[in-house]
Amino acid sequence: MELNKYQQEIFDLQRPVIEKFGKRTWGWTFFFLLWILVGGYALYLQIAEGHTVTGMRDNVVWGLYIANFIFFIGISYAGAVISGILHILKVEWRKPIIRIAEMITVISTIIGPIYILLCVGRLDRLHHLFLYPRLQSPITWDVFAIATYFTGSVIFLYLALIKDFAIYRDALLHIPKWKQKMYKVLAIGYRGTPSQKRHIKISTNLMAIMIVPLAIIVHSVLSWIFGMTLRPGWHSTIFGPYFVLAAIYSGTGVLIMAMWVYRKMYKLDSLLTDKHFVYLGYIMMALGAGYGYFTFSEYLTDWFSSERWNSEVIEKLFNPAKYGWWFLFANVAGIILPIFIVAFPKTRKPNWIALASFFMVIALWVKRYLIIVPTLETPLLPMQDTRMEYVKYSATWVEWALTFAGIASFFLFFTLFSKFIPIIPVSEFEDKENRNAPVGEPKMETKLVQA
Amino acid sequence: MDKLEEIQDSGRRGFLKTAAIATAITATCGSLACSCSSKKAAAPEKIKLLSPDGEIVEIDSTYLNHHETMAVLSQHEQRIGIPGKKFVMVVDLSRCKNARKCVTACQKHHYRPEETEWLTVKLMKDSDKAAPYWFPKQCFHCDNPPCVKVCPVDATFKRDDGLVLIDNERCIGCKFCMAACPYSTRVFNWDEPDMPFDIKSLAYNAETGVPAKVGTVEKCDFCPDRTREGLLPPCVEACPNGVFYFGDENEDTVTNGDETVSFSQLIKDRAAYRFMEDLGTKPRVYYLPPKDRQFPVERGYENLSDKLKDRFKDVMENNSK
Repeated sequence: MELNKYQQEIFDLQRPVIEKFGKRTWGWTFFFLLWILVGGYALYLQIAEGHTVTGMRDNVVWGLYIANFIFFIGISYAGAVISGILHILKVEWRKPIIRIAEMITVISTIIGPIYILLCVGRLDRLHHLFLYPRLQSPITWDVFAIATYFTGSVIFLYLALIKDFAIYRDALLHIPKWKQKMYKVLAIGYRGTPSQKRHIKISTNLMAIMIVPLAIIVHSVLSWIFGMTLRPGWHSTIFGPYFVLAAIYSGTGVLIMAMWVYRKMYKLDSLLTDKHFVYLGYIMMALGAGYGYFTFSEYLTDWFSSERWNSEVIEKLFNPAKYGWWFLFANVAGIILPIFIVAFPKTRKPNWIALASFFMVIALWVKRYLIIVPTLETPLLPMQDTRMEYVKYSATWVEWALTFAGIASFFLFFTLFSKFIPIIPVSEFEDKENRNAPVGEPKMETKLVQA
Repeated sequence: MDKLEEIQDSGRRGFLKTAAIATAITATCGSLACSCSSKKAAAPEKIKLLSPDGEIVEIDSTYLNHHETMAVLSQHEQRIGIPGKKFVMVVDLSRCKNARKCVTACQKHHYRPEETEWLTVKLMKDSDKAAPYWFPKQCFHCDNPPCVKVCPVDATFKRDDGLVLIDNERCIGCKFCMAACPYSTRVFNWDEPDMPFDIKSLAYNAETGVPAKVGTVEKCDFCPDRTREGLLPPCVEACPNGVFYFGDENEDTVTNGDETVSFSQLIKDRAAYRFMEDLGTKPRVYYLPPKDRQFPVERGYENLSDKLKDRFKDVMENNSK
């Protein structure tokens, strides 16, 4: 495959990333594997001894795991919606970031559902979901929605990758034989003929259009696991859109963080430019405002009408002795902080935006926890139980270990993927002459001319 | 006639005779059959039994074998329910003094440990000024059950006789039903349940909820195994004050063991209500309001162990102020 000058530039930038598996990478890999190993041991305990090793009990039947599940499926929106919508709108500057976004989607869609499996008491009976499926159960909706969504996002990612695999197949790289073979197989004979190009283009467009509604369905269905019950704080009609918006929002945050890390690690400043951070910052700000609006609307109605059970949950969220501080943090760091950081030109810088994203993503995780636990701690009948662990949920080390194992596997997947597939898609720029640098990035042009 | 296989076969002729006797045992004196079970005396003992023809016959006790009270039902029968029945329960709150006999009887019948309460007694206080009252609560076997709606594998199901039961060999333990039940009825086996070995090795029967299995959900089942034998659920039998009336809505009769009354008349005369009717779950359990109470509420508190007292302390203390 012929590369134009601009593509060659991007290719050369990423060459060492693909060719070398340096000491630092090994170090990180082992570090992540260690976490996963600890998580594996925790999982073994949970299977061998039963769910008694977790903090979950008859009142709070779900805990950290479900919060993690919502969280990971949420951040998967980075690729599905951000990259999908930007593709449909033909936004030029999306090109360097789509790969990262779609990788986030695929990886977190692998990890997310594992957490719902961790809530399942009988993993040996999972096939019952397919043997005896009942269509009226939101869990069945979830199984089908997530499976479809995962397949869709893998195809979406792969379609964009075929051309890159072809480039890497034909390039002279110092890589082991098996890796070359992999590129060859995965490129499925792509030679860049006009008909091949057309097919990929049409399929990618179709997938971009399909992935957006699919993603919306997935998170709506997920929110309905809660919305369909008769529980205070869950039984809300806006839960579908509220969850969807929160998901896109957190996905944007993770995308910004991933961009920041890659830019630092592999010195990709010329490709992941300040402009990208600012544009994504604007998107984040708009989503944050929308998310804030939903949050306000949800809690205002519950608080104002002050129905008995809703008030009990609200009281737990507002009371500093209970979840008050966490609720405050979730709203300050999750809504106000990102909006202000992007709003002021002084802080509208990559580092600041990445920092705001970091806090926002944590705040959104806390928010998910606050949706799950306080509601389950508020049953409609008085608990009148003397067993403290039944009255109040507190996660055990097993649950934390598996939580961190999930985060570690997210990073591990990313590390390994980035050693194999180009983080900045080389193929996306085949129509680009070097004089037409990406929109809004004059610096790039000068740099390339000098080169 | 499922029970035939549990009768020792001693030759063809003997078999036929025992079969007839077995039917008699089941129909008339199930408990006797149990008590004279398992142990086979060295010297054969003669036992008098009533045959289906109404004759008293005397048979050798060695012909009798241990007789499980739980019938061997097919999966399908367990899901369909007892034909023609529509089980209903009425709980008379004015009679409850938290004797907790129902709780222990239930635990004994289902081989559940002390902390697992399928049937629990709460101390309710509806508003600040209202008087507290004891509130026994089992599964409401709702006609519009939120738990059944959400089950992804049809492990919990609604039967034609009104009962909501669980197939714990199908249950995947996702606990969605527990989150969906607004009455906190369901309990989960967080670890390997501690049960007698011979119980553990039984085939699971949704009508008894026995044996319990780790990682699955369980709950009150209204004991249809007892109903099939013409007996009342253990909680109803055990209650010293006749709090629970159990019966069949189709027959329009309910009984607490001492008195049998018309169901529709009872709920009409005593202004029965269903708990949290506004949730739309349509429970099959009716409550008679705690009016003209037979016991002061303290009676149910004073004799409790400290551990149990702790549960109700807040409500009791608020009340005495």
